[in-house]
Amino acid sequence: MLINAFILALRELRRNVMRSILTMLGIIIGVSAVITLVTLGGGATQQVTQQIASLGSNLLMVSVGKRMGAGQSSGAPMFKIADADALSRELPELSLVAPTAAAPTTAIFGNENWSTNITGSTEAFFPVSNQQIALGRLFTASEARVGATVCVIGQTVATKLFGAQDPVGNRIRLNKLSCVVIGLLKPKGQSTMGSDQDDLIVVPLRTFQRRIAGNQDVSLIKVSVKDGFDTDQAKQRIEQTLRSRRHLASNEENNFNVLDMKEIAAMLSTTTQTLTGLLSAVGAVSLLVGGIGIMNIMLVSVTERTREIGIRLAIGALEREVLLQFLVEAVVLSSLGGIIGIVLALSASVLLASLLQVPFVFQGGIIVIAFLFSASVGVVFGYFPARKAARLDPIEALRHE
Amino acid sequence: MSADLPLLELRNVSKVYGKGDATMHALAGIDLKIYPGEFVAVMGPSGSGKSTCMNILGCLDTPTAGQYLFQGIDVGALNRNQRALLRRHYLGFVFQGFNLLNRTSALENVELPLIYRGTATAERRLLARKALLAVGLADREQHTPGELSGGQQQRVAIARAIVTGPSLLLADEPTGNLDSARSIEIMELLTAFNRDQGITVVMVTHEPDMAAYAKRIVQFKDGLIAHDQPTGG
Repeated sequence: MLINAFILALRELRRNVMRSILTMLGIIIGVSAVITLVTLGGGATQQVTQQIASLGSNLLMVSVGKRMGAGQSSGAPMFKIADADALSRELPELSLVAPTAAAPTTAIFGNENWSTNITGSTEAFFPVSNQQIALGRLFTASEARVGATVCVIGQTVATKLFGAQDPVGNRIRLNKLSCVVIGLLKPKGQSTMGSDQDDLIVVPLRTFQRRIAGNQDVSLIKVSVKDGFDTDQAKQRIEQTLRSRRHLASNEENNFNVLDMKEIAAMLSTTTQTLTGLLSAVGAVSLLVGGIGIMNIMLVSVTERTREIGIRLAIGALEREVLLQFLVEAVVLSSLGGIIGIVLALSASVLLASLLQVPFVFQGGIIVIAFLFSASVGVVFGYFPARKAARLDPIEALRHE
Repeated sequence: MSADLPLLELRNVSKVYGKGDATMHALAGIDLKIYPGEFVAVMGPSGSGKSTCMNILGCLDTPTAGQYLFQGIDVGALNRNQRALLRRHYLGFVFQGFNLLNRTSALENVELPLIYRGTATAERRLLARKALLAVGLADREQHTPGELSGGQQQRVAIARAIVTGPSLLLADEPTGNLDSARSIEIMELLTAFNRDQGITVVMVTHEPDMAAYAKRIVQFKDGLIAHDQPTGG
């Protein structure tokens, strides 16, 4: 009986290609929308996670100021190099401590100039920030200590100032400071926040303080925690150390804050996931609309096919055979629509992923869910019109024009 | 007439539509016996109850009172599915409006009752081709109803009705939509199936010329049988 129903249903679909395509259209759009959105969302989430990992997962950022709204952090004194030294001396779980200070500046080489940020830090800056050398060398601990007039530049700065030329060994001017480019960093691309991580110039911290800033301030201490130590505990110990060094009474709030990059990672992936969820909901709605479309067309086609049903019943079709035929038609249409939707979604995802520069991550789960949903839409929305058809009185149905 | 068991028998059958003042007696208690191999023409003005009678004979409708025995089985006691199975295995229908499936080839139309019978594909093809050959449309099997003339469509419908080798062929004004030359072709086909394959034929018609092909004419009037007699020929 099932085979018969398949023969009859497929013959009927083949005879009405246009109607079949229109019925499938809703499901195709719904399925492909939901799969494409979830796949792209998954790719974006993975990209964020990878970018956070490239920052270094056990990285803590210690900055000046209270964790408050904008403008409320004033009054907190800056860190000094001694604070960073104290952290690395007193806290054995920290592997690297890189005090940094930064200022916007214009870099000049020959006729070229480029507005960028100049960062002063120690040799620990590079491993902490996960920066690697591409050409030349990084500055050494002794160069950092004496405040040598050397700098390491990022790819963007190199391109803007030197074009295709090798920057290493050339002298550039940063405000009143003239320094030698000793190294070029490997490109890191855009950060999660969308800023260019290759647009930087790094000089030894002492050089920066003496020649650029003219003070002893350190605005940010980048810290990395040794493997096997808990970053939360390290964070607390840093807070204790700095509170006592900054003479904060026990009732006073911290006038600095320690940011765990893992928290940022978690926050960002939550945001991305929320977005993915939202997009999936939009997709789900279009899937539902597609289902209602199927039900509409099935209902219309039952009315349109009343006489055909009458003929079938008159020549001896059972109620359940007519029901089954209509059901198979609906299921075949929605499954076929589902499969076409999946194929469409995968091609669209690959294309859009490369356009939007997010990785393509195959999402098996949503494909299975979307397919099952479209098939059950066929069963559910095909059932009622089919039952209506099967219960017709053959005499009435035959009289229908 | 044959002394065998009748193929079908109506015993005091009446059919009432509506309730109260709107009651309409389509059949007012009729008795009718039809034996295997007969060719009966049913005549009468519209509203005389002949269509209702045909619906009951075709197991599409059940009597309000009285009994309809098909090969001794009380059809009134059967449920919807059992009546469908009875139609499937013993009856063939030919309608005035042909009632073929649109956009469907002649061959597939003829195959349809065999699909519901569960006949295997190869045998189904063979039987359907044989039936189309018998109605003289062997060269039209891929044509859809839209590509066939009225006479050809009715012949496809006859092929569909006889492909299963039914005991009873019910024809409801089979020539009503056809010109006289086409009508004669159709009547000759029905006569041939009645004569050669022993299929019992019951046919409703308005036209005395067509009724003349039958061996017996049953005349309806006001829900009753007015005359029931063999034809002269």
